[in-house]
Amino acid sequence: MSTEVRGLGHSVKRKEDERFLRGKGTYVDDIKLPGMLHMELLRSPFAHARIKSVDTSRAAALPGVVAVVTGELMAQHSLAWMPTLSGDTQAVLATDKVRFQGQEVAAVVAESAYIAKDALELIDVDYAPLPAVTSPERAQAPDAPLIRDEKEGQTDNHIFHWEAGDKEATERAFAEADRVVTLDTHYPRCHPSPLECCGCVADINPATGKATIYMTSQAPHAHRTLFAIVAGLPEHMIRIVSPDIGGGFGNKVPIYPGYVVATAASLLLGRPVKWIEDRTGNLISTGFARDYHMHGELALKGDRIVGLRTSLESDEGAFYADAQPSKFRAGLFHIVTGSYDIPAAHVVADGYYTNKAPGGVAYRCSFRVTEASYLIERLVDVAAHEVGIDPAELRLKNFIKPEQFPYHSATGFVYDSGDYPKAMNLALEKLGYAELRKEQAKAREEGRLLGIGLASFTEVVGAGPGKDYDIAGLRMFDSAELRVHPTGKAILKLGVRSQGQGHETTFAQIVAEEIGIPYEDVEVQEGDTDNTPYGLGTYASRSTPVAGAATAVISRKLREKAREIAAHLLECAPDDLEWETDRFFVKGAPERSKTIQDVAFAAYTNLPEGMEAGLEGVHYYDPPNMTYPFGTYAVVVEVDRGTGQWKPLRVVAVDDCGVRINPMIVEGQIMGGLTEGYAIAAMELITFDEDGNCIGSNFMDYLIPTAWETPEFELGETVTPSPHHPIGAKGVGESATVGSPAAYVNAVVDALAHAGVRTFEMPVTPDKVWQALSEAGLAE
Amino acid sequence: MTQTTSEPGTHAVEVTVNGEKRAAGVEPRLLLVHFIRENLGLTGTHIGCDTTSCGACTVLVDGVPTKSCTMFAVQAAGSEITTVEGLLQNGKHHPIQAGFHEEHGLQCGFCTPGMMLTSVALLAENPNPTNEQIRWAISGQICRCTGYQNIVKAVQNAAARMRETS
Repeated sequence: MSTEVRGLGHSVKRKEDERFLRGKGTYVDDIKLPGMLHMELLRSPFAHARIKSVDTSRAAALPGVVAVVTGELMAQHSLAWMPTLSGDTQAVLATDKVRFQGQEVAAVVAESAYIAKDALELIDVDYAPLPAVTSPERAQAPDAPLIRDEKEGQTDNHIFHWEAGDKEATERAFAEADRVVTLDTHYPRCHPSPLECCGCVADINPATGKATIYMTSQAPHAHRTLFAIVAGLPEHMIRIVSPDIGGGFGNKVPIYPGYVVATAASLLLGRPVKWIEDRTGNLISTGFARDYHMHGELALKGDRIVGLRTSLESDEGAFYADAQPSKFRAGLFHIVTGSYDIPAAHVVADGYYTNKAPGGVAYRCSFRVTEASYLIERLVDVAAHEVGIDPAELRLKNFIKPEQFPYHSATGFVYDSGDYPKAMNLALEKLGYAELRKEQAKAREEGRLLGIGLASFTEVVGAGPGKDYDIAGLRMFDSAELRVHPTGKAILKLGVRSQGQGHETTFAQIVAEEIGIPYEDVEVQEGDTDNTPYGLGTYASRSTPVAGAATAVISRKLREKAREIAAHLLECAPDDLEWETDRFFVKGAPERSKTIQDVAFAAYTNLPEGMEAGLEGVHYYDPPNMTYPFGTYAVVVEVDRGTGQWKPLRVVAVDDCGVRINPMIVEGQIMGGLTEGYAIAAMELITFDEDGNCIGSNFMDYLIPTAWETPEFELGETVTPSPHHPIGAKGVGESATVGSPAAYVNAVVDALAHAGVRTFEMPVTPDKVWQALSEAGLAE
Repeated sequence: MTQTTSEPGTHAVEVTVNGEKRAAGVEPRLLLVHFIRENLGLTGTHIGCDTTSCGACTVLVDGVPTKSCTMFAVQAAGSEITTVEGLLQNGKHHPIQAGFHEEHGLQCGFCTPGMMLTSVALLAENPNPTNEQIRWAISGQICRCTGYQNIVKAVQNAAARMRETS
């Protein structure tokens, strides 16, 4: 491990902090261009209604209003509909019908945002309401209204059917089982809700035709290509700039109608147009998460899990706009066998249209891994309670063993590396598990309800190998371009885009480790498509596994060129040189050395005969496999018998994300994820009444934990490097959101398990717990 | 100290922001957060929710943490306002800025200005807070990234720095 250059393993403070600490970050809403106009969107109050007419005359007459845009106007430019990331279409501005509450119906462009909002009130839309479909179950009813009646050949509300695994082998396993446990559960709809809402400033220069679009984008390059396709603009004349992003969590992966309308408005008006969503707009119309109705069954022989069968119904909303690899209709849900050596498994998934917002994004998760992890970790607990075995013991008995890696799962994944018992045992040790079980029994005798919940998750992240993974056809490689300047300072340009994950620090540390340039001397640039190599962006924990690998590889390539130059400077053969931290030295003569800075200068001033000048290059990395971070989370809760409230007393998290680049930042990611996991388990919920009205449309109804509710976290680590990643890293940004909800829920169930309680639906609100307490005769 | 200006429908507002007198004619309905961001060009104050729930817009009005999305600019007339841009002391970090940097108390940075200003007000009142008191003080504000634990540490770090120099 290097020391002076602060490469891998150093908790150096973040380089990006300074501008944020001074209030000098540049988020999209901070961008102000000369002549800029402001756009606001009119949204549908109905979940399902035919549009009879849209009258914009009063709005257009308001002083300060520059334009009112309707679906009809967009249709004249063939922009009333746009393709989604899942190969469906989505209305940009509604023309025929509205299909969810909050759908975009019209837009006002005005001299100020206040005027634009005033004008929204003056648009008269005549709606004829239709019955709303608010669940997959209702979507399948014989008399269900057809939501997508505009789609040719669409005769019902079914979107897709998808299967993974071996059905026959699984049926055999179930036939031979001596016990089957089942769980039906709904992973409720929730919302990533980054603190910064979505928005853009579209600036199409009438003189040059160049379209510069500043937008809240986790995937600026992919968005550029999609803009070219959607808007028919030549791609070299589109520049997407994703400036500082105030959190993303998947919410800033899709392309939303607001971006498209603002761009069209700028094109038509010849002035920059800013659109900044308000919180209600964000919550009711942009990429939601989960909404999986899941049925799971485990086949057991004694204490061995021999089969897993699961079927699910996905509530997709009005347009199928999941942001996930095109080959996998249920994302990577088929990782559902989790950390267990289950010989046979079969997954069936069906997607349905409903009158809800579209855009199933992975809220801090790699394509539906969260739903899978939740189902298996809940099922294992149900099995433990049914069999009458300790949940920790049942897990340890069924884990994939360290010697089984690389492990071929029943649904087709090849797990790269893992040591599950090690992580689990460390968590149990930190928790004092055996003692706690005694304490729990004692507390129960005293009338107090303690619960201990475990979850031993395995994720699949770092999408992904180009042969299997693409978004809208774009292969999921990523890239890094490294330029070393003559004085030994460097710029690293990436195809990904940080939203707070600390790329400016960690990726500089990878360069420091590999080529010896101190991390302070490496500037990391991201987000401007004119200025960075193509990449698929930051989501699904893919930056470190893919762009991090690209960074290591390009650094190594430049180091090999540096070796040639150093040999020239030291007048020896390249093979006679050894590399240490930041310099080459002659084998056996360490005093004869050249630092990377010496070499960088020579790359521009004193080259070997015939060598190309400069020290820079770009690498596009196609990962050979996914990475598989894992860990064990353990939660202790106390349940109040009088109110049904539950409170986490302890949260222990042991994560194994392979090699840690910056442990401080890794731990920051884990604590953030544990909080969002707690939020989902305890309070976050987007729900609807039977007319399709969204409940959860602002932060007074959509509850997010503050510092007051959020528990303290105790972290631990094991390190099992990824064998195929150049620096052995696996990615960590989402592990805790994926793994922890089951641990919290398992803990609450465990507190009441002795009374026969086996499950709670998330969010586990006090009323549900009180109901269970009451039924079990435990309520006070 | 508002008065009707010559432009119909606007009122003159004079405030002291980060020690500097600033004046503008504003619509009575203009929110303080928009006045700060748009009229004064101080974009370190953010907007996260519109319903006084998230606290990204928190500034100090006469020393009191105030959600500037829930106050009209005219209501702030005559007051002293501190925004994140006013935290630096002689070009150097305020202890709260040093604390947030040292303890990794920020990730995306969007909630950070409000979190820091509320913490400054807490420490002015209580130089030696418990973790629980810090959690309570910032409980009107949402952070989606950090999980709060490092924010609590950051405030403790700042408190220690301030106690050392006081």
